[in-house]
Amino acid sequence: MASSIRVRATSNGDITEVQTLIQHPMDTGLVKDAKGELIPAHYIQELKFECNGKDVFVANWGTAVSKDPYVKFSFKGAKKGDDLKISWTDNKGGSDTTTAKIA
Amino acid sequence: MTTTTDPHPTRRLILQGAASVALLGLGNLPFAPALAAANDKYPDEAFKLKNEADAIKALYGRTAEPSDKVKLDAPEIAENGGVVPISVTTTLDKVTSISFFVAENPNALAASYRIPDGTIPGVANRLKMAKTSNVTAIVEADGKLYSATKEVKVTVGGCGG
Repeated sequence: MASSIRVRATSNGDITEVQTLIQHPMDTGLVKDAKGELIPAHYIQELKFECNGKDVFVANWGTAVSKDPYVKFSFKGAKKGDDLKISWTDNKGGSDTTTAKIA
Repeated sequence: MTTTTDPHPTRRLILQGAASVALLGLGNLPFAPALAAANDKYPDEAFKLKNEADAIKALYGRTAEPSDKVKLDAPEIAENGGVVPISVTTTLDKVTSISFFVAENPNALAASYRIPDGTIPGVANRLKMAKTSNVTAIVEADGKLYSATKEVKVTVGGCGG
C-alpha cells in the first residue's frame, strides 16, 4: 500500500520548511452513516517529526482536525539531504511511518 | 512468653507497611494525568472536555493572557466548516507549545503542538468547525501563556450537523 503520508521538506538556508498531507478519515464519532448508525471515532492522535535523532515537531490531535489533515511548520538545524522521519498513530492503534529527504 | 508474642508485632508491622504502600499508590494516581499534560504524553482528558476554559486548564493548568505578539490567521467566513485553514505565528521567544481551541465545537481543544528548541514557533493546519465560533490560539512561551482570538463565521458546519 502506498504510504498515507505525503511530505515535502525544502531547505532554505538554515531553515527547513515542512508541509505534510496525510490520508486519514479523521472520523469524529458524531457523524451518522447512510443507515443512521454512528460512525465510530477514528482519528490520528499523535504525529511526530524526527530529524537527526531529535524530535522537531510533535502534534497532538483531537477529532476537530480536518479529514486528510494538513500541517505546515519550519525548523532550524537541518541541511539538504538529511532524513526527516514522520510517524503517526491513531486512536484505534493504527500507525504509519515514512522517511523523506530534505530537498 | 516472648516467643508467643513476638510474631504478632512483626505481622502487624508488615500489614501496616502494606497499607501505607497501598495508600501511597492511590494518592499518586490523581496526580499522574496532571503531570502528563505537561506535554510529553497525549492529553486525553483535555481533548474530552467540552468547555474551552476547562480544556485550557486541563492542558496547561493556568489561564492565558491576550497578546498582540501572537498572530492568528483565520478566514472571516468559512464556507465549509469541515476544512477551515487556520495558522498562527508569533514573535515570542522560548516557545514550547502552540494549541488551537474552537469554543463552539463539541470538544473545544482541536490540536496541540509541541515546539522543541530550534523549531520556528508557527503552525498552519486545517480544522473542523461545527458552527460560527471564536477560534483561540494559545502560545506557551517561557512558562507563560499568550493567546489570540478571532471569530470565524461558518456557513456549513463540519461536524455532521
